[in-house]
Amino acid sequence: MDNSNLDKGLGIHARRVIAYIVLIVLTFLCLFWFYVLFVNATRSHSDLSKGFSPMFGTNLVTNWKNLMAGTLPVVRGMLNSFIIAGASAILCTYFSSMTAYAIHAYDFKCKNAIFTFILMVMTIPTQVTALGFVQLMGKMKLMDSFVPLIVPAIAAPVTFFYMKQYMESALPLAIVEAARIDGSGEFRTFNTIVVPMMKPAIAVQAIFTFVSSWNNYFTPALILTTDTKKTLPILIAQLRSADWLKFDMGQVYMMIAFSIFPVIIVYLILSRSIVQGVALGGVKG
Amino acid sequence: MSSKKNGKVVSYNKWGYIFLAPFVIVYLVFQLIPLISTIWNSFFENYRSGLTQIGPRFIGLENYITLFKNGDLLTYAKNTMIMWVLGFVPQIIVSLVLGAWFSDTRLKLKCSSFFKTVIYLPNLIMASAFAMLFFTLFANTGPINSILVQTGILKEAYSFLDHTGSARFLVAFMNFLMWFGNTTILLMAGMMGIDPSLFEAAEVDGATSTQVFFKITLPLLRPILVYVLITSLIGGLQMFDVPQILTNGTGDPMRSTMTLIMYLNKHLYSKNYGMAGALSVILFIITAILSFIVFRISTRKD
Repeated sequence: MDNSNLDKGLGIHARRVIAYIVLIVLTFLCLFWFYVLFVNATRSHSDLSKGFSPMFGTNLVTNWKNLMAGTLPVVRGMLNSFIIAGASAILCTYFSSMTAYAIHAYDFKCKNAIFTFILMVMTIPTQVTALGFVQLMGKMKLMDSFVPLIVPAIAAPVTFFYMKQYMESALPLAIVEAARIDGSGEFRTFNTIVVPMMKPAIAVQAIFTFVSSWNNYFTPALILTTDTKKTLPILIAQLRSADWLKFDMGQVYMMIAFSIFPVIIVYLILSRSIVQGVALGGVKG
Repeated sequence: MSSKKNGKVVSYNKWGYIFLAPFVIVYLVFQLIPLISTIWNSFFENYRSGLTQIGPRFIGLENYITLFKNGDLLTYAKNTMIMWVLGFVPQIIVSLVLGAWFSDTRLKLKCSSFFKTVIYLPNLIMASAFAMLFFTLFANTGPINSILVQTGILKEAYSFLDHTGSARFLVAFMNFLMWFGNTTILLMAGMMGIDPSLFEAAEVDGATSTQVFFKITLPLLRPILVYVLITSLIGGLQMFDVPQILTNGTGDPMRSTMTLIMYLNKHLYSKNYGMAGALSVILFIITAILSFIVFRISTRKD
């Protein structure tokens, strides 16, 4: 065996060690904060004011009870977030599939123009239309209601694009033709044949839509004003703007944990398909 | 298909319009009309001064002139860019390196799916809750200061949020944590798409992995890198949740962490619709230009 080959072998070994060290550091950077959050959510206020300790406290249940009895309607907030995010995810995936199907399976006059238009508006952020949006919702008497936070999910260019890409690889038009010959109506074909075939893409996009709606702060904060209608991110902002020094810190940590951990748990269950979904979204064409 | 049974096909194709209708109607009502009325608003003087309503009165481009003249816009644009760059540079470097490692067949990293799961995790966390968490962790009496003092690194607690550098660093650091996993997965997917025979040929020719990375991977990855850069820039312009919650909307210290969208949010809350409109239009034009570049890149590939 000649020398250069030996060098290369050592090189790989050394590189592997470096790779593991970097990965462990990054893992630490990603998880440390949530570990501290979890530890602190189990400790009492007086315990916390003495300084940090990596050991779990015994106050988990007390903090939980205090949070539930506190002034912020957190359970209601979680329910509101859940309703909005859930409804958005369902509407978004179903109608994005429908839009993608219209472009994929049919041939009509302005098809290419519409497709190009959707691609062009894909990256326009919702914030730049927020002013007109809020004014229009006011005129339509939809302020302080969930409708402006749910219905716009029907027109989601990014989800549409993903569905379109997926259809190109997974929905042969011959199947649609066969259904037509069997006498199935177009709408029925879409619901009973196309949607089931789109299940993997729908699942991935449902998760992403749910999470981004669940985490959304900007628009809900402009629309929702009644306390019992507010979503979790708005309640977090309220917690931040309150005079937090007077707060029971155990309860504050519990509140943050309350809004973060549901997503973490769901993620841990579905992580494989989520990570794959991100990769698929990136490689286009 | 269309030549075979012409009459039938035409009647099928009307379904294209029917299936397209929900998207078009919802987009028109909730996006396009708001966009047009936002632009319309930007030409009017329309705000509240105390209890009196001023306007709406047509003033042409005056809102835009005021916006550029009083200097706030440029300050906030600069803040946004500084925090974006501070987060993006480490993000792209780390993502490139991790992507190369994960897709390197010679390296054979174990537990790579565990690491991928972990680094993507922060992306899904509610940004406002994450910012609130950092606010409590980095507070003067918070655990980070307590650790730094206990271990003797600092003599006394450092108020991270009262210093421009550390406040901006925290925002950038959170953006980095939330996005490097996502970028890694995107770049890795791109690297997996590179023809493996290129790597094999390089290996036969005795290229080192550094050479392979700079001579093969990086040039072939350029379209995806540009895509990542510009979509991240568009995302950076929208930076809001993290600095808003971290600083309670003030953008302190000395408005050095105030971003463009925080500025917009302020005008929306104070009902200064003229200025909010003008600011929205400027942001719209910038993102439209950036989007156009992305659009050109992604269609050229097909």
